[in-house]
Amino acid sequence: MTDIKISESPLNVQSCIDWVQSPESGGIDVFLGTVRNATKGRPVQYLEFEAYEPMAIAEMKKIAEEILAKWPVNKILIHHRTGKLGVGEIPVIIAVAAAHRGAAFDACRYAIDTLKQTVPIWKKEVFEDGEVWVAAHP
Amino acid sequence: MAKVLSFGIAKEITGGSVVDVPFESGITLSGLRSLLESRYPRLRDLKSFAIAVNGEYAAAEQLINDTDEIAIIPPVSGG
Repeated sequence: MTDIKISESPLNVQSCIDWVQSPESGGIDVFLGTVRNATKGRPVQYLEFEAYEPMAIAEMKKIAEEILAKWPVNKILIHHRTGKLGVGEIPVIIAVAAAHRGAAFDACRYAIDTLKQTVPIWKKEVFEDGEVWVAAHP
Repeated sequence: MAKVLSFGIAKEITGGSVVDVPFESGITLSGLRSLLESRYPRLRDLKSFAIAVNGEYAAAEQLINDTDEIAIIPPVSGG
C-alpha cells in the first residue's frame, strides 16, 4: 500500500507513522527532511518549494511502486510540502514499514535518494541578501 | 503554437509559469529543445534541463504535438 501526497500545510509525522504501522510489520523506517539554518556558512532565512504537482505525484508513485516490486515492504508513504518553510520545518516525510528492518532501511534510503533525482520539485534558498534556486547552475 | 509550462529557475528565464511558444506539430523533442534554447538563451547556463511531455520525461526522438502539455524541468531539488 502506498500513500503519496503534496501539501501546502505542515506535515504531521505521527499521523504518517500511524498510517504505515500494521501488525505485519516489525520495523518502520522514517526519513524526515528538515530545513537547515545555513548553506556553506550563509544563514538561510527560509526555503520556498514549488512542484509540478501532477507529474511530481506520478513520479513519487513510480518510486513507491518500484520499491514494492524490489523489497519486501508492506507500506510506503511519501509526503512533500510546498510553499515557504522556515528553519526546522519539515519539507519531506518518507515512512516505510516492513516485516524486517533491512528492507525498511534500504527502501527508505532509495526513496529519498530517487526523489531528489527525479521528482519535479524545486527549492529556492532565501538569504538576507539574495536568493538561489538550489542545483540550478553548474 | 503551444503552451509551455516552466518551473523554478526556468520560470524566471522564460518570464512566466506559462508561455506561448510557436512550433509545428511533429517536431522532435531535441528540435523543441534547440528552439527553446535559442528563444531563451539563459537555459543554456543551467546545469541541465529536461522536457516533460504530458507529465512524463520524454526521450530526444519523441515527436511533439502542439496540443501536448509541455514543461521545462530545470534540475530538480526537492527533499
